[in-house]
Amino acid sequence: MIEIDQIRSIGEIEGEIVSEFSLFDEWLDKYEYLIGLGKELESINESDKTDDNLIRGCQSRVWLVCRNDGGRLWFGADSDAVITKGIISLLLKVYNGQKYDDIIASDFSFIEKIGLRENLSPTRANGLLSMIKQIKAYALAYKEKEAQQ
Amino acid sequence: MLFRPKTKVCLVLLQVMEIIEQIREEFPALHQQVWGKPLIYLDNAATTQKHCKVLELQERMSSFTNANIHRALHKLSADATDLYEAGREVVRLFLGAESREEIIFTSGATAALNLIATSLVRSYMTAGDKVLICEAEHHSNIVPWQLACEAFGRSVEVLQVEENGEISLERLSELLEADHRIRILAVSHISNVLGIINPVAEIVRIAHSKGVLVVIDGAQGVVHDKVSVKEMNCDFYVFSGHKIYAPTGIGVLYGKRSLLESMPPYMGGGDMVDSVSFSGTTYAPLPLKFEAGTPNFVAAACFKPALEFAAAVRDDVQVQEHEKRIVATMVEELQRIKGLKICGLPKDLSLKIPIFSLSIEGVHPSDIAQMLDKMGIAVRSGLMCAEPIVSRFSERGLLRVSFAPYNTIFECETFISKLKLVINMLL
Repeated sequence: MIEIDQIRSIGEIEGEIVSEFSLFDEWLDKYEYLIGLGKELESINESDKTDDNLIRGCQSRVWLVCRNDGGRLWFGADSDAVITKGIISLLLKVYNGQKYDDIIASDFSFIEKIGLRENLSPTRANGLLSMIKQIKAYALAYKEKEAQQ
Repeated sequence: MLFRPKTKVCLVLLQVMEIIEQIREEFPALHQQVWGKPLIYLDNAATTQKHCKVLELQERMSSFTNANIHRALHKLSADATDLYEAGREVVRLFLGAESREEIIFTSGATAALNLIATSLVRSYMTAGDKVLICEAEHHSNIVPWQLACEAFGRSVEVLQVEENGEISLERLSELLEADHRIRILAVSHISNVLGIINPVAEIVRIAHSKGVLVVIDGAQGVVHDKVSVKEMNCDFYVFSGHKIYAPTGIGVLYGKRSLLESMPPYMGGGDMVDSVSFSGTTYAPLPLKFEAGTPNFVAAACFKPALEFAAAVRDDVQVQEHEKRIVATMVEELQRIKGLKICGLPKDLSLKIPIFSLSIEGVHPSDIAQMLDKMGIAVRSGLMCAEPIVSRFSERGLLRVSFAPYNTIFECETFISKLKLVINMLL
C-alpha cells in the first residue's frame, strides 16, 4: 500500500494524467492506452461483486467498493468491459487515498481535459457519470458519518 | 465465351451499386462525417434515416398546412385533413387491409400494443385466461401485456424459440393444445434481435384453429418482408413510422374491423366521440374511436412518401439481391471470426434479414460499439429492449448491426474489417 505521505494531491495527479494524454495525437492511441490500463487493473474480490455494489444505469456492469482509513478513502472497482475498466483505473489513480473533503471539492474536470468528455454525458450508458456520482456519494456519506460521531 | 458470364455478373453488380447510390442520394443524413470519418449508419433496426421527400413534406406541411384536422370548416384544416387521410390510405394499401376503418394512427408501435393489450385483456378475456408471448419479443410486446394482465387478473405464458432463434410450430401447437386458457398470442413478424422472418401466416393458422387471436408486432417486418394482413389473416398488426423512413411519433395499428368495433375505447378525449354529456357519452365510428386527441397529423401524412419509397425498394429485384448479398457476406465473414456467434441464424438463409446480433467471447459489446463509433460506424450494443432473449445468449448484452437498403457492400466490408481490428485490440 502507498504510504500516506506519498499521496499527492488530486490536482497534481490530474495534471500528470492530462499531460500524459496530451502525447496522444490519435484517438485510437488513447483508447489503446485505456484498454492497456483496463487489462492491468486488479480485479476486486468476486465476493464484492454483489448487487449492492453494482452501479445502476450502466450498459457494462461496474462494481465499486469503498473503505475509509482514518479519513482517507480507498476505492476498489471492476467492470466486465475493458474500456470502462481503463477509465476506472484513471479514477482510482486520482482518488485513492484522498481525503473525503478533497474528493467532494473535486470537479472531475480532468476527464474532459483528456478528451473523454463524450463518455461523461449523462445519456451515455457506460456508467462513468454514475461512477463519479458514487465516488462523491461515498465521500459525502463518510463526512456525514464523522460529523454525527 | 468463358468470360461472358463473369462480365455479366460484374455488370449486374455495377447496376446494383448504381441503384444503391441513387437511393443514398435521397437520404441527406447519410452524407455527413462523424468524428471526422464518413458516417456508416448500421443502427437501422432502431431507427432509419428519413427520406428527402418525407423531410420536404414535413417542412412544407408544418410551414403552410398547419391546421388541426377533421373539425374546422376552413381551407387549411380541410387540406391538412386530406393529407392525413391520404397517409391512412397509403398505409391501408401497404398492409393490404380492406378498409380505412381498420387503420388506426397511434404514436408508435408501442402505443398501438398498449392500446390492444389494455382493450383486449379487459374486454376479450376473463379471469384465469392467458396471453402467450414469444420469448424473442421487444419489451413493447411484453410489458403492456404484463401490465394489463396484472390489472385484470389474467396471466402471461412464454413461447420459447429454438437455439437458432426459429419458432417451432410444433411447440406452439403443443402449448395451445395443452392450455385452453390461452386466448391471445403476441409475436413479432421479425424479432429486432434475431432478424429471422417468422412463419406468421402458419402461426396465425395454428392459433386460429385453437380459437386464439394473434397480435403481430411488425416493427421490423414491414421493413424487410412483404405484408398482406389479408393473406396473413392476423387479427392485429402494428408498426412504427420511424423505423420505415417516416418521422418519429407516428405508428399504425391494423385490426380486423369486427374486433375493433367490439373493443372499448382506450383513451378518451377530442375527436373520438360522437356525443358527450354527463349522463353518457357515445363514441365516434372507426377509426376515430381510437384516435383521441390531436394526432401527429404531419407525421401521419408523411407515411405517403415514406411508404411509397419503402414499397418501391421492397419490390425492386435488384435491391432484394443487394440485401441478400449483404446477408451472405455478413454470415460468411462473421463466421470466420473466432469466438463470434450470430444469435439468430435460420437453417434457410432466405429467412434471414440483415439484422445481426452478435456475441463475441471475451469482449464486451459496449467496448466494441464505443470504438466503432470513433471510426464513424453507428451500431448498437446492450439489451436492444429485448432483455429476455438477449439474456439467453449473453449476460453482457449483444452487439447489433442492422442494415437498410441504402447501406452499401463497401460499408458492410468496412464494418467487418473494423470489427476484426477492434476485437484484436480488446482481446
